Formats: sequence, structure tokens, C-alpha cells
Amino acid sequence: MSGAEPQATPLLSIRGLRVDFATDAGSVPAVRGVDLDIGISETVALVGESGCGKSVTAMSVMRLLTGRISAGSIRFGNTELQSLSEPEMRRIRGAQIGMVFQEPMTSLNPVLTIGKQIEEVLTLHQRLTSSAARAHAVELLKRVGIPSAERRASQYPHELSGGMKQRVMIAMAISCRPKLLIADEPTTALDVTIQAQIMDLLGSLQQELGMAVLLITHDLGVVAHFAERVAVMYAGKIVEQGAVRDIFKRAAHPYTRALLAALPDPLRTAARLEAIPGRVPLPRMLPAGCAFCARCKHVFEPCPGVLPELFPIAPGHSAACFLHDPRRAPSNVPCQ
Amino acid sequence: MIELLALLFGLATLAATAWCPPRLTRVLGSLLFALMVGVVSRFAFGVHVALLAAALAAVLALRFFPPLVLRRVVFLVPALVLLIFSTTLLMYRAPGNPFANERATSPQVEAALRAQYGVPKNASAFFGIYMRRLLVEGTLGPSIKVQGRTVEELIAPAFPVSVALGLLALILSVVIGLTLGIFAGLKKNSLADHVSMALALFGVSLPSFVLGAGAMIVFSLWLGWLPVAGWGSLRHLVMPAFALALPNAAIIARLARSGMIEVMQQDFVRTARAKGLPESWVIARHAMRGTLIPVVSFLGPAAAAIMTGSFVVEVLFAVPGMGQWFVKGAINRDYSVVLGTAIVYFGMIILFNLLVDLAYSWLDPRVRSSDA
Ligand SMILES: Nc1ncnc2c1ncn2[C@@H]1O[C@H](COP(=O)(O)OP(=O)(O)O)[C@@H](O)[C@H]1O
Ligand SMILES: [Mg+2]
Repeated sequence: MSGAEPQATPLLSIRGLRVDFATDAGSVPAVRGVDLDIGISETVALVGESGCGKSVTAMSVMRLLTGRISAGSIRFGNTELQSLSEPEMRRIRGAQIGMVFQEPMTSLNPVLTIGKQIEEVLTLHQRLTSSAARAHAVELLKRVGIPSAERRASQYPHELSGGMKQRVMIAMAISCRPKLLIADEPTTALDVTIQAQIMDLLGSLQQELGMAVLLITHDLGVVAHFAERVAVMYAGKIVEQGAVRDIFKRAAHPYTRALLAALPDPLRTAARLEAIPGRVPLPRMLPAGCAFCARCKHVFEPCPGVLPELFPIAPGHSAACFLHDPRRAPSNVPCQ
Repeated sequence: MIELLALLFGLATLAATAWCPPRLTRVLGSLLFALMVGVVSRFAFGVHVALLAAALAAVLALRFFPPLVLRRVVFLVPALVLLIFSTTLLMYRAPGNPFANERATSPQVEAALRAQYGVPKNASAFFGIYMRRLLVEGTLGPSIKVQGRTVEELIAPAFPVSVALGLLALILSVVIGLTLGIFAGLKKNSLADHVSMALALFGVSLPSFVLGAGAMIVFSLWLGWLPVAGWGSLRHLVMPAFALALPNAAIIARLARSGMIEVMQQDFVRTARAKGLPESWVIARHAMRGTLIPVVSFLGPAAAAIMTGSFVVEVLFAVPGMGQWFVKGAINRDYSVVLGTAIVYFGMIILFNLLVDLAYSWLDPRVRSSDA
């Protein structure tokens, strides 16, 4: 796979996405102009700390936001999702775009058997009869690695472990062979050992079904073996984008570097080297310039006042940091 | 003093039933269930049928009853005995006695009457006589004030009347409450929401007898649409049923509203939407059960409230139900009548709670598996 270059006609193409939530305390800009492409069968990771706007971006694609999209376009294949009617959008949700959520514990309905919850997607989108849907649901449960699938299908979510529940969620999301799977922090709520299993499962399903995957995570460590491209998000904006090698070997944005530095290094004994000091600023209290200013080691004169655009670094690799602005960067660029 | 000790002992037994191990619950529950079936069918069909029915009931209960039901039964029988005992004590503590009336009764006459009706001066002795009657003779005893009639003869015609009124009130409160509450919950902060919650507040703050009296004035006296009181036609049923239903409907509406609002924010509702299900399907299949759970668990207390409310409402609307007998019995110190009606009310509340338990475990599989 070529990796670095986005394909000519992407499967999903987000342009200038802005989401503002109207709250009692005023307007909250959760997503502030996101551009993101995902090619057919491509795996893209959207990375950033909690509160950066990753979930809001994903929910915008599904059109399941509690608020409204204020600007931008979301094209899926050749259709602009925002111009679809609600029934048309429903034919895409669950059928063409599947979604897996962060909390397997609460994302399944506690009063319906897991079999029923998978079957209803199949009867809805593929018009299967209930017995055919049942058989298919059991097949899916087997495919996602649930032992004694027939018996499990008639159990309720509370009878399954967290990892099993997430497998059920995955079975449900892929049941109609979607072109795109959005996995929003699929392993965050799980034990470390289970996390690897779930990521392996997602990887093998991606290969088998040839679907594109948007993996949302706050953990860069998950990304390395899984994604082809990485988009790093900070305070509602993409701050760096590139092939997985670019990000891990030549990270350009101080935020990406800080995320990498916070990863546990298997060669060193210390589990965590340095957590990034400070927190993601609240969307209501963003500075006029770069939102990472307050936590950045390299702040210089344009940073607080001017919003950096994405500056190209290499083909397919760009970063929104003035360190990489050929006109502004100081001579002693503290890269790498 | 000894009575107080007995009361404490009864309460302790009752509490102990909660820790009864599963196997003991099964055996004890089946035996006690057989006893109840025997006593009740004896009233209706005589001793031989009763023995047969009891044996059958024991076997059935032992083999097929869910643990939930048996646990209720094990609680039920000691609770019933305790109810009879404490009611007896209370009646004896109340001033007056069944034989006190305007004309002074001579001690000899009173003693003769007490012997005839089985009402000794001592509460514990009365309790013994009453339990013997219930279990050995199979009767609720003679009424003291209604000459020559047994309590079961008095209650028999009144029972269906009260059941009809109570059931109608319950159905009305569920239908009205759920409709208002679900609608309000789905359209939070809309005009419909505010209107239905205002109605609910109105319903909660007015007790049944005030509502009943108000309705009587408006619909019977001013508008002349409905008969003021009495019994016999559906039109007679309307006002008492609504008066009983509205306070409960109001509570159900609030429960359903908050239940619906809470459920609609759950993650699994988001999952259902992400599957592409239409909103009506999301509500009916995914949100409804969660909304019903708090409502169903309120139905036990609601049934109790409707029954106690019916004492007053039946008297207000001159409905010839059991409430009438309960009130008359209490005023006349007609001990057997009070005890008889109390037992029947108790039985109905228990039965209803059992149905609620079963509905609850059907609605929520987590409950089901936790008591297997
Ligand atoms: N419904 C909402 N109303 C108001 N603010 C919201 C809402 N949903 C998300 N936000 C805000 O948007 C920001 C981004 O949230 P989110 O996308 O969930 O972050 P994450 O990157 O952790 O997934 C957060 O600051 C959050 O508080
Ligand atoms: Mg999130």
C-alpha cells in the first residue's frame, strides 16, 4: 500500500468542518475547521487527548450530533452527507458506515439479547428474515471470536465481559459490510491484554472486508501497528497529518512530539517518561493564535496571536506550527 | 407485656424470612402455599376438595414455581399472621367495644354476648379463637352488628365491586400517566411537557376525596352529566374511578417522564441510532422498557394507594364495596368484619406485588438472572 498519499477519490472527505455547541455559557467551538480524507480501504488514526473534538468529528460524519454542524462539507463517496434527508442518512448509518464506541459496558441495550441486537441491523438494512438474520448473527459472533456463539447469542449483555461486549459491538458494526468503520476509542475502557486482542481483530477484519477504518484514540501507541496515516488533533483542529512513519520518525509539531514522548518505551524501565504538562484548553477559552501555546516549549513571537495554517513538510506530511513556516521560523529550528 | 413480646417475635420471624436459604425457601414456600390454597378452597368447596387442592398445590409449587414467587410466599404467611395479631391488638386498645351502646348493658348480658360471638375480654384469647376459626373451621366468623350473617357473606358481594373499581382506577392511572409522561419526556421543555407536568402537579397535590367531591359538584350538581353517587351502571363508575386514578396517574407521569429523559441519554440509544434505526423504532424497542421499569415498580405502592383511597371514595360515592364494610366495621368495633376485610385487602396487595415482581423480572433480565 502506498500509504502516504491520499487517494485521488477518497471514500470520506471532510472539508472545513466546524461544530459549535450552543450552551448556557455561550457558544462552544468544539471543532474548528477540520480537513480529513480517508481513502477506500485505508486506515486512518485520529489522535489527540481527551476533549480535542475527536468524537464530535466522528458524530458529525454520522450526523448524530446533539448540536448542529456550523460549516463545512462531509462527502462520502460522491454524496454530500449534509444534503441527505434523514431517511436517506439512515440507509447509510449502520449499513455503509459502521460505528464502534468507547464504552462497551453501556453501549449495548441491557434488556435485549445480543443476538437480537445484531439481528435488528440485518433485518433493517438487508431485509433478512428473522431466522436468516439469526443464523447470520451467530456467524458474525463466531467471526469476531466469541466462543459458543449460538449460546452467547441468546444471552444478555451483563452476562458478557467487557472485551466480549466490544466484540459484539464490532460484530454489529460490520454486519452489513460497511465501506467505513469508525472506531471511537474502541479499547480505552478495556484491560491492556484485551486491548491488543481487539486491535488485532479490527486489523484482521479490515484486511478481510477491505473496509476503510477511522480509528479514534488518545493513545499513539495503539496507532503504530494499525494505521497507515495519522491525523493529530488538538483543541478542535488537525495540527499534524502524515503517514505513520512520518509521525513516528519525523514528528514535526511540538504536540505530536509531546504525545510520543509520553509513550511508554519498552527499552527503558521508566513506564512514562513525561506526561504533557497542563491540559487541553476548554473550547470557550482558546487563545487567538495556536491553542497549544500555553503548553509549548518553543513558543516564539507569532504563536499567541496568529493561527498557524498547515505547513507542508514532506509530500503527504504537514504540521500547523510556525516552526515549519519558511517565512517565520527562527534560524535555530529546534527540530528533532 | 406478653403481647408485646409476641409482636416482636413476629417481626423477627418476618425479617428472618429474608435470609432463608434457597432450598428451605422452596420447601417452606411450597408447604405454606399449599396451606393457603387449602384454607381458601375450603371456603369455596369444602374439606375434601381443599385437601386435594392443597396436595396438588404443594407438588406444583415445589416443582415449578420460580424462586421469586416462593420467597414472597414464605414472607406472606408470617406477615398475614402478624397482621391479624397486630390488628387485634389495635382494635382492643381502641376505646369502646362491640357491645357498648347507648343503653347500658348489664355485665351478665355482655358476658353472654361475648361468649356467643367468641369475643373474650382479652386480645390474645380473641386472637386464638380467630385463628382457630380461620384454620380449623374455615370461616371469617360471625359479624357482631349484622345479625345472623358471617363476615364472608358480607364481603362476598362487595368484593367484585371493589375489584372492578380498583382495577379500572389502576388501568386509568397507568394509561393516563404513561401517555402524559412519555409524551412529556420525549418533548422535554415543550408546551406539551409543561402542560402535562402542571396537570401532574395538580393530581399529586389533591387527594382522592377532594378530587371526588369537586368532581361531584361540577359534573353531577352543576352540569348534571353523571349520577351523584350509587352503583349499577358504568356511568356510576366514572367519577370514583377517576378520583382514585388521578393522584396515581400524576406520579406515574412523573416517573415515566424522568425515565424517558434518562433512557434517551443512554449510550445504547446512541448505538441504536448509529445502526440506522428510525427514531420510532429506537423509542419503542430500545427506550420503552427502560422507561417502564420505574413505572412498574411503582405499581405495587400504587395498588395499595388505590385500595386505601377506596375506603374514602367508596363512602363518598356510596359504592357498595369492601371499603364500606371496613369503615363500618371500624366504627362499630365489629372486630371480625375489620379483620376479614383487612385480610382480603392484604391478599390483594400481595397478589398484585407478585404480579409486579414477575413483570419486573420480565422487563429487566438483570433481575431475572440475579435470583436464579
Ligand atoms: N453536546 C455538547 N455540548 C457542549 N459541548 C460539547 C458537547 N459535546 C462535546 N462538547 C465539547 O466539545 C469538546 C470536544 O469533545 P469530544 O469530541 O467529545 O472530545 P474527544 O476528543 O475526547 O472525543 C469538549 O470540550 C466537549 O466538552
Ligand atoms: Mg471521545
